[in-house]
Amino acid sequence: MSGIPHDHYEPKSNAEKWLHSRLPVVGLLYDTLMIPTPKNLNWMWIWGIVLAFCLALQIVTGIVLVMHYTPNVNLAFASVEHIMRDVNGGWALRYIHANGASLFFTAVYLHIFRGLYYGSYKAPREVTWIIGMLIYVLMMGTAFMGYVLPWGQMSFWGATVITGLFGAIPFIGEAIQTWLLGGPAVDNATLNRFLSLHYLLPFVIAGLVIVHIWAFHTTGNNNPTGVEVRRTSRKDADADTLPFWPYFVIKDFFALAVVLVGFFAVVGFMPNYLGHPDNYIEANPLATPAHIVPEWYFLPFYAILRAFTNDVWVVQLASFLTGGIVDAKFFGVIAMFGAIVVMALVPWLDTSSVRSGRYRPLFKWWFWLLAVDFMVLMWVGAQTPTDFTSWVSLIAAAYWFAYFLVIMPLLGIFEKPLPQPATIEEDFKEHYGKSGSEGAAASTPAE
Amino acid sequence: MLRKLALTALTAVALAGSPALAAGEGGHVENIPFSFDGPFGAFDQNQLQRGLQVYTEVCSACHGLRYVPIRTLSNEDGPGIPEDQVRAYIDQNFIEVWDEDLRDYRTATPNDNFPHNTAAGAPDLSLMAKSRAGFHGPYGLGINQFLFGIGGPEYIVSLLNGYTGEETTMAGSTLYENHVFAGGMIGMPPPLYDGQVEFADGSPNDVHHMAEDVAAFLMWAAEPHMMARKQMGFTAVLLLIILASLLYLTNKRLWAPVKRAAKDS
Repeated sequence: MSGIPHDHYEPKSNAEKWLHSRLPVVGLLYDTLMIPTPKNLNWMWIWGIVLAFCLALQIVTGIVLVMHYTPNVNLAFASVEHIMRDVNGGWALRYIHANGASLFFTAVYLHIFRGLYYGSYKAPREVTWIIGMLIYVLMMGTAFMGYVLPWGQMSFWGATVITGLFGAIPFIGEAIQTWLLGGPAVDNATLNRFLSLHYLLPFVIAGLVIVHIWAFHTTGNNNPTGVEVRRTSRKDADADTLPFWPYFVIKDFFALAVVLVGFFAVVGFMPNYLGHPDNYIEANPLATPAHIVPEWYFLPFYAILRAFTNDVWVVQLASFLTGGIVDAKFFGVIAMFGAIVVMALVPWLDTSSVRSGRYRPLFKWWFWLLAVDFMVLMWVGAQTPTDFTSWVSLIAAAYWFAYFLVIMPLLGIFEKPLPQPATIEEDFKEHYGKSGSEGAAASTPAE
Repeated sequence: MLRKLALTALTAVALAGSPALAAGEGGHVENIPFSFDGPFGAFDQNQLQRGLQVYTEVCSACHGLRYVPIRTLSNEDGPGIPEDQVRAYIDQNFIEVWDEDLRDYRTATPNDNFPHNTAAGAPDLSLMAKSRAGFHGPYGLGINQFLFGIGGPEYIVSLLNGYTGEETTMAGSTLYENHVFAGGMIGMPPPLYDGQVEFADGSPNDVHHMAEDVAAFLMWAAEPHMMARKQMGFTAVLLLIILASLLYLTNKRLWAPVKRAAKDS
């Protein structure tokens, strides 16, 4: 794989040869595990392992949880309390599963922003990026439906608001919403189909993860320099890379263990910090909570949804041009989904010839502004709307689009990149030759 | 039958006067140092038992604890009341539960949950300590929850002490001004007065102390496995730190020749 010259699996014993000629599964595992990996990967390249761990963790805990859960509007809330109180270790399973979603999204956002900074999406890794974005969207769908299952107030009203977004689509919206809900409102039919899909989608994600890994094993990993591994000879390739096992597996496991210290501190000492208290009140279609707030990982996009109100001139223009078909609500929905679409299209919006942000002096500023913008959107998404927060969310939402649609295409033309190292080997030597025996920990995690 | 009719009538009355049921942010809530705060905090068994007494003698008139099995009162991590005393508690307080098979009320057994009380349309208290947030700031970031916890028990204490003494009549029901409750007007009359509950151990029984005791009890009711959870958290963190240290050393050793080669050449 990956066109990088390296060792391949050679069956030795007769039994190995027998199996290999029939099903080369050992060879596949060997080549996957021993893939030549750029030796200069820094600590931002660990999130893949964390994400794989999260997916496995969520599937395993989820499978056990569903054994004790009852998907019925009259029993769901009580069955969750049954899990929390009576099932052996049920409280641990549920808290790990609920906080596992937060760990999953923390890791995926860091993984995505790593990719954005180091240009991991650029040719030839566009397919890896697109598959990754698909996984991300499926993750959001899965998390959203999972949050409905405890049938608390925020479950119910969150489901009502989010499915209502589809209702904003002109002409066919209401029909789509009814079809999604299985009825005119969030009810038992909704709960049942959400459980079914919440159980199904993780396996679709697992399939896409395999394709994601397959894709970047075909192109080879990106690395902090963005310079490709030399494929000219075995010797050159060996100078640039190390096999994934054991070098990166051990490194990633170390990072995973550190991340899990934080995770289990949250699960053990403050498991409800990231949840919403209202979800400990059973769903009541007759009492709307004072604030309906999505989970933290949806907040940036929720903020973009709410940013485009009737008094924004772009919205008024769109409404005027379409004869009122595109109203503020529909515009907000387009903006929210559009925010993810523009991110998925970044491989074609970025015109720079240089891959890594490390050698792009202007890009760096805009990138970090985007990271701050993301945090601002997350904050503003949780606030009760006021004049001030409306302005903040509008400016922050506008910057999100400007970054992908204007800044990325123009920067590539106007920016003068810094000189890049000729090879990964050179970069690695420069790093360790100067800083001495500091170890890999000396490399700055995100530059 | 009569009893059911009475319940229905009461519920109807209560529902008519419950615009204040909607949850939301209320007034200022003070942090209270509870024995179960922090990673190593544990429930104070005496306090839980006092809280149970307050709940039984005062709150249970209107509020149920429908998700809490009575037998869990014996839990070592909880109130730790011996089994025979739990049975005595049921008998002394005439706790009855609705039996679906008998189509009638019967005396509870320890395996039953506390009754589901809808008498006055008052919210169930099983999860009250987890379904209210006392702390939200600064700037709506909720970071202070990191330091003080979500603030559910604190909210309960503040609410019980938050009455101003003012009251108004709205649509035929009396509402009481409470500066902690969202909206400022609550349907629940001030439930506690000084000296209301006599504690066997002679603990102070002013409103503030009783409120703290019942809040602690409700925290246990909402999160009965809190001690086990903290224990797990501590064990997991400790073992993972050891694992991380070993992996760090392994990783360092593994990469040392590679880094040395880069340095030497």
